[in-house]
Amino acid sequence: MADVALRKVVKRYDDVEAVRGIDLDIADHEFIVLVGPSGCGKSTTLRMIAGLEDISDGDIMIGGDIVNDVPPKDRDIAMVFQNYALYPHMTVAENMSFGLRLKHYPKAEIKARVTEAARLLDITDLIDRKPKQLSGGQRQRVAMGRAIVRNPKVFLFDEPLSNLDAKLRVQMRIEIKKVHQKVRTTTVYVTHDQVEAMTLADRVVVMNKGRIEQIGTPNELYHKPATRFVAGFIGSPAMNFIPCRLEDVGGTLQLRLTDRIAFPLPPARAARYNALPRTEKLLLGIRPEHLTESHAHLAPGVETFDTVLDVTEPMGMETLVYFGLDGAPVCGRVDPNAGAKDGAPMRLAMDLNNMHLLNEETGVVL
Amino acid sequence: MSTLAIDKAGPSRKVKYGSMSRDRAWALRWSYFFLVLFAIFFLTPPIYMLVTSLKSSAEISAATNPWWVFHPTLSNYVELLTSNQFLRFFWNSSIVSLAVVLVTMLISVPAAFALARMKFWGSTTLATGVFLTYLIPDSLLFIPLFKMLALVQDYTGITLLNRWYVLLFIYPTLTVPFCTWIMIGYFASIPKELDEAALIDGASWLQTLTRIFIPVALPGLIAATIFAFTVSWAQFLYPLVFTTSVDQLVLPVGITTTLIKGDVFNWGQIMTGALLGAAPPLIIYAFLMDYYIAGLTAGATKG
Amino acid sequence: MADVVVEQGQAVRAARARKQASLRNVLGRKSTVAFFLTLPLILLIALLVLYPAVYSVHLATLNKSMQKFVGFGNFLFLFKRDTFWMVVKQSCIFAVTAVFFKALIGFIVAHFVHNIPAKGQRKWRGMLLVPWVIPPAMSTLAWLWLFDPSYSAFNYTLSFFGIGPINWLGDNVWARFSVILVNIWYGAPFFMIMYLAALKSVPDQLYEAAAIDGANWWQKIWYVTLPMMRNIIAITALFSLIVTFANFDIVRILTSGGPLDQTHIFATWAFKVGIEGSDIPLGASVSLFMVPILAIAAIFILRDVSKRGNEA
Repeated sequence: MADVALRKVVKRYDDVEAVRGIDLDIADHEFIVLVGPSGCGKSTTLRMIAGLEDISDGDIMIGGDIVNDVPPKDRDIAMVFQNYALYPHMTVAENMSFGLRLKHYPKAEIKARVTEAARLLDITDLIDRKPKQLSGGQRQRVAMGRAIVRNPKVFLFDEPLSNLDAKLRVQMRIEIKKVHQKVRTTTVYVTHDQVEAMTLADRVVVMNKGRIEQIGTPNELYHKPATRFVAGFIGSPAMNFIPCRLEDVGGTLQLRLTDRIAFPLPPARAARYNALPRTEKLLLGIRPEHLTESHAHLAPGVETFDTVLDVTEPMGMETLVYFGLDGAPVCGRVDPNAGAKDGAPMRLAMDLNNMHLLNEETGVVL
Repeated sequence: MSTLAIDKAGPSRKVKYGSMSRDRAWALRWSYFFLVLFAIFFLTPPIYMLVTSLKSSAEISAATNPWWVFHPTLSNYVELLTSNQFLRFFWNSSIVSLAVVLVTMLISVPAAFALARMKFWGSTTLATGVFLTYLIPDSLLFIPLFKMLALVQDYTGITLLNRWYVLLFIYPTLTVPFCTWIMIGYFASIPKELDEAALIDGASWLQTLTRIFIPVALPGLIAATIFAFTVSWAQFLYPLVFTTSVDQLVLPVGITTTLIKGDVFNWGQIMTGALLGAAPPLIIYAFLMDYYIAGLTAGATKG
Repeated sequence: MADVVVEQGQAVRAARARKQASLRNVLGRKSTVAFFLTLPLILLIALLVLYPAVYSVHLATLNKSMQKFVGFGNFLFLFKRDTFWMVVKQSCIFAVTAVFFKALIGFIVAHFVHNIPAKGQRKWRGMLLVPWVIPPAMSTLAWLWLFDPSYSAFNYTLSFFGIGPINWLGDNVWARFSVILVNIWYGAPFFMIMYLAALKSVPDQLYEAAAIDGANWWQKIWYVTLPMMRNIIAITALFSLIVTFANFDIVRILTSGGPLDQTHIFATWAFKVGIEGSDIPLGASVSLFMVPILAIAAIFILRDVSKRGNEA
């Protein structure tokens, strides 16, 4: 087991920069998830750690050693692929032991390791089957087993769950977490699914356009996003962004959303934003769960406003409501019993204690 | 009244439906009729071979119904299978074909692996070149090759002409391009992640080839092997040009040059020889038909 | 201070690792491995295909004893001979007619096989491909015997209908007909197999959609089957054109070019002139005349193949 470090890692394909200088420190035993939209460079980064892609610039270290030019087999890593990449002509046991057999491990030890990994993953009964005879979830387990028996320094997962249906994905997600709790191997996991990232990771690395947008624990990313990209990417339904500006009305700082709607800022927020120029174009970032139905006993910092709903989506435990504020689409989450109806007027409450203010041009959260 | 109307409607619908299935039944009957006609056309020569091979010279010269054997005899088979000369042809053909299969596989499988998986300078050009080579027919090359072999013989003193083993060098020019081409197709269809997994598991390029690619692409390998064997077995022009002594001949040339000699009534033996010569490919075809056909269609469907 | 030492150590280690790696890189580099894996293939093609191809151009410029350079002498000589023009004509008639009928029969038979219930298809397909499996030298012997001047089984059969006897291989027209017939017999099954594979790859929904749009069987073939199969039909026909044009076995065994050189095609005539007549340069010149047609067909095939590669 080992820590992994990336120092100004760059990947260029001809004239396209897929990865534009990444710095990342992954501690021993840590479960790191690289998340971002397709084409953000997350898979390339993972493949560079694996040694499947050459790096154009910078250094990659595993356990303190620079491995830039070390071939994959000598990096002591194991990888789980999106399509599992199980050898179709080998049984489950042969698949799992292939790497060990190539390294001429003693037969008894190979058997012991395979048995142990199979037990851990609950695939002992399948050990003599061929991949063709397995379901998607079982193949996924075998692919993980193949990684586990090697007992590598680092596990690399490349979108391992995206070929599974939604239900199985949730189940395997928990399975992967359990396995990591048992074996405690340093893990780098790539996904485009922010839910997977939030649920699995010790720390999440959000990537966009070949750069790291933000690194942090799931809670940090959720509550303190650094940029508009992170704020919009993490959380579902996504955060609303409403154009707004600051204005001083009678000594208090107000947030003006539309001609009709303006809210006084809570004291803590007012102090934080007071230094901003009043002319600056800003975006209010507010998550749907902080836009709820209005009720009698509102906490301080929660302000109400009236609007007309466009569409409502009953989800059972909540109802999503969609409406517009000066053309900006907004989504809120209200109680299913609050009486929200398509096309009907409704009074909503916005919790400004959980608001974010962003610079519209730079996308930086202020 | 109303029930009557329904009754009327029922059968009339049935008739309509029935007429459609009757159309199909007729289409099927016509299909079978024409298939039988074509089967007769396609199978007449081989069946006629068999019929003639069972006749004695006397029966052939008697000009009885040529399509029927009145006094079946295996004498032609006995005579050929105890003739040293014929066995020699058979032996030469077998050795040449099997050795060419081996040489072909040793050349084309590694090359196909490199061309399918390792992008290197000129790899696309080479792959196209391989395909083009496959289109160059034997009848374009036999004269310069003949002269080249003669020159090599003059300069080095190594006898190549009129020796069966020269075919081991020449036949691969016919088999290797196509086998490489279809193996490129089979290898390219293996997902890229599979060799990456092998790479991470610690396999070298060679181990990836022998332990992953060859087993996974085994159907393609079998198809290529069958192709190489049948092409070598059937090749006629090169051995006709390069070998002349009776003990150096392979089957197709041996039968056509030694059995067709003046005596008209030797047809029994000629047909027997031809049938025995056609037997190995036919037997392979009978048992491995699906691979055989996969190899045939792979050239056009896998490129 | 300690920090600096550690960093230096790391830097040295890194540098060393890089140096070792670069050495290993040269030996184990992909392109080096790839080169050695393809070397036998390259050698084979270069020495036994490309070199002889170029060499035959050189040979074609020599005189019969191969002592003197005659330039285009051999070609000019050929242009003045009637036999040469006869061979050109016969080669073209032979190849075009044979390929056309092979394609037609292959298409028809493939359709019939495709029409019958799936479980019987394997059996029929297996039976109908037999001509392609038998080495042509062997099967042509059977045809030779079927065409035998005095014991022809065909003439025996035809005599019941009051036809014949036909001089299958002795008469100009019939001899030409016979070599083409045998070639069709040998090659049509190959077309059948290719077309059958293509037919199977046309999705059933297209026919169902066409049926709903009111297409009859002929319109289905014309608007659905043929466009979907166009590529395979083209490649198979072009490929067969090359093979047929360069054919040797069938004509050689059936007629040896006779009667009176009427059935000679390029390959058999080149063999007769170059090997049997010991005029290697002239034989090489004859076979070189195949190159233009082969090249044109090859270019079209290559275009289709690479087009498909791009689509994939």
